Amino acid sequence: MLPRDTLAAHARLLDEVGRVDQVGVEERVAKFTTRSVKKTAKLWGLRTAVSMTDLTTLEGKDTPGKIESLCRKALRPHDDPSVPPVAAVCVYPSMVRHAKSLVGGSTVKVASVATAFPSGQTHFKTRLAEVRGAVADGADEIDMVINRGAFLSGDFARVEDEIAGVVEACGAAALKVILEVSELETYDNIRKASFIAMGALRPGDFIKTSTGKTNLNATLANNQVMIEAIRDFYLDTGIAIGMKPAGGIKTAKQSLHFLIAVKETLGDAWLTRKRYRFGASSLLNDLLRQLEKERTGAYQAPYHFSDATESY
Amino acid sequence: MPSRRTSPPRPRASLIFGDLWEFDPAPETADPKLKPRYDLFIGGRFVAPRTGRYFDSVNPANERKIAEIALAGEADVDAAYAAAARAFGPWSALPGRERGKYLYRIARLLQDRAREFAVAETIDGGKPIRESRDFDVPMAAAHFFYHAGWADKLAYVAPGAAVSPLGVVGQVIPWNFPLLMLAWKLAPALAMGNCVVLKPAETTSITALKLAEILQDAGLPPGVVNFVTGAADTGAAVMGHPGAAKVAFTGSTEVGKRIMRQLAGTDTRMTMELGGKAANIVFDDAPIEQAVEGIVNGIFFNQGHVCCAGSRLLVHEPVADAVIAKLKNRLRVLRVGDPLDKNTDLGAINSAEQLSRIRRLVAAGVREGAVLYQPPCSLPGKGFYFPPTLFTRVTQSHRIAREEIFGPVLSILTFRTVDEAIEKANNTPYGLSAGVWTDKGSRILRMSTELKAGVVWANTFNRFDPASPFGGYKESGFGREGGRQGLLDYARLS
Repeated sequence: MLPRDTLAAHARLLDEVGRVDQVGVEERVAKFTTRSVKKTAKLWGLRTAVSMTDLTTLEGKDTPGKIESLCRKALRPHDDPSVPPVAAVCVYPSMVRHAKSLVGGSTVKVASVATAFPSGQTHFKTRLAEVRGAVADGADEIDMVINRGAFLSGDFARVEDEIAGVVEACGAAALKVILEVSELETYDNIRKASFIAMGALRPGDFIKTSTGKTNLNATLANNQVMIEAIRDFYLDTGIAIGMKPAGGIKTAKQSLHFLIAVKETLGDAWLTRKRYRFGASSLLNDLLRQLEKERTGAYQAPYHFSDATESY
Repeated sequence: MPSRRTSPPRPRASLIFGDLWEFDPAPETADPKLKPRYDLFIGGRFVAPRTGRYFDSVNPANERKIAEIALAGEADVDAAYAAAARAFGPWSALPGRERGKYLYRIARLLQDRAREFAVAETIDGGKPIRESRDFDVPMAAAHFFYHAGWADKLAYVAPGAAVSPLGVVGQVIPWNFPLLMLAWKLAPALAMGNCVVLKPAETTSITALKLAEILQDAGLPPGVVNFVTGAADTGAAVMGHPGAAKVAFTGSTEVGKRIMRQLAGTDTRMTMELGGKAANIVFDDAPIEQAVEGIVNGIFFNQGHVCCAGSRLLVHEPVADAVIAKLKNRLRVLRVGDPLDKNTDLGAINSAEQLSRIRRLVAAGVREGAVLYQPPCSLPGKGFYFPPTLFTRVTQSHRIAREEIFGPVLSILTFRTVDEAIEKANNTPYGLSAGVWTDKGSRILRMSTELKAGVVWANTFNRFDPASPFGGYKESGFGREGGRQGLLDYARLS
């Protein structure tokens, strides 16, 4: 339990979770980008990345038609039968029922952002009601945002309590907690927020970098700070929390770098969509393009791939 | 599906670093453009040795012969010094900006051929291609660029004094960073207007002789730089030659002492960059994850064949267990094997002789009661390899805490207070480098004053820059390389 006094809470949390050196973590992740992944290893990485994608559309202009094309793409990303379906579609609560009617019964989950995404700036009661509504409509997974205002003002207990409240409201649905790293600004804060969130989560829940609605989203370094937190938390408590970098991962090569970071930090047990996801939309077609290139030896023009998604 | 966390009997948590996603081999394929036989480089030309003898250079990764290298005798060294002496007059009389042009040209030609040089360096020395490609070759070029920039500004390098070159300089370099050490030695000497007779290490002569081709392409006047290859006798001839106005040596303390004895009583100037047994000190408020990365970088960079390697880890007792546990996990993902594979982190040990020295000292560590940890890893059957190794429960009296191992072996000691850390760190005849990991700025400043080491890194390790002087205290040598200080070690002030 975190203390109510903000100064004590701040000091204790920092002592407990430790500090992050910016130069050091950025040096570390630069090494992942020098790994060379070829041939069968590349194919495995690309296919795994497809299977880990939360195919996303989160726009004011989303319509049932847009959701339908997203869901079809999610179920069958490419004509090649060796390409697996993606992990989930990620939509606003108003689209959950429709999405569920399209992918229900398949392996593709319906994830819904909730809790007044992306800012979270509304009454807690309203946020909880939104979560309950999305779950009632059939959402398998809920992507919530943390209360960044409370975090930055040092009210960590409130942040944790709210996450615990959302966990209750989720029932059987899995929860992904968005830290919105660009608003936390420092790696120290990202590590602290990761631990606050994990303290309230259940095994199988996730922490997630960003909403995709700010200027800076998932980076290798943010991802690294968070997966190191997941690893430390797991080794300490035995509770395995998943990770979802979201926003800004647009190329297959980037996604392989993220997977290499997972392989060398969390190990094989996290190289599965049960514990690692990519929140992305344009990434999927680049993965398919690279897979086709491996199969045929030539790059296809983008119009050879059905393109149901472009936002995020 | 998530489940409520209620059951008290906790599963034993451990990480799996297995073969679920094994990388395919990714060898670097650039052609190193090697010749089957390399002669001496004297007076701007490749000439056969007067000894008529050649020795083999072997790839430590597979024990195969790469090329034959000329064995220089005393007559060859004499010829090299004579060529350098002939070249010195016109070379030193050139305006600095003209000498700078040659150095810029060398730097750019080296960049143009970077991949070729990286592969040659890796085949010859055993270091991972990742390091020769991302560190050795770019840093060597950076040293030429940096000193090219000084060449036309020598009037400002020592305010209040005029500088002039010394004459012919004899240089002997080690096998751990063959091309980089060569750049460290050549660039300042040439910028200042000296001429050079240089001997590369016996096991790693090839990139020096490839650089000789670049010197020819750059149109460097004949005799300004001469390379004589060979073993210890050749080195002694270079260091003891009466034609040398100065000698610069990088290598072991033992050999350094021998050279100093040889030159005692003469007016030959000397700079020595010798061994080290650096302390890497981790305090309880350090960013632990990055400290672990720095420790790994400090001791496993270039298989630990680094004179400033952080071979002694001093860790604050409250965080010792955490640091050691994290280190062990980190070691499990280090990839040991074919140095030419782009994913290799630890390549081959430079020579059979060095491998047996490492084995001897590791055996001594075990015998003296330190606790050994090596991650599970399979080493190639042929070639010289040693797994990354940790020793815990090491004390100051262990041999592995006192002697330079020059291999991928880390000795871990603990301390309780800041004073104890300083005392232990300084309790060594060496003093080349040290590392401090803490969140507290004032502590960094205090440590950097009290640690008797030429370089103190704070919250990082093994960082180099041509502008930053490098050199030792105590038995780690004297003189500096890099920066203004390094340049002045090749100058006469008046």
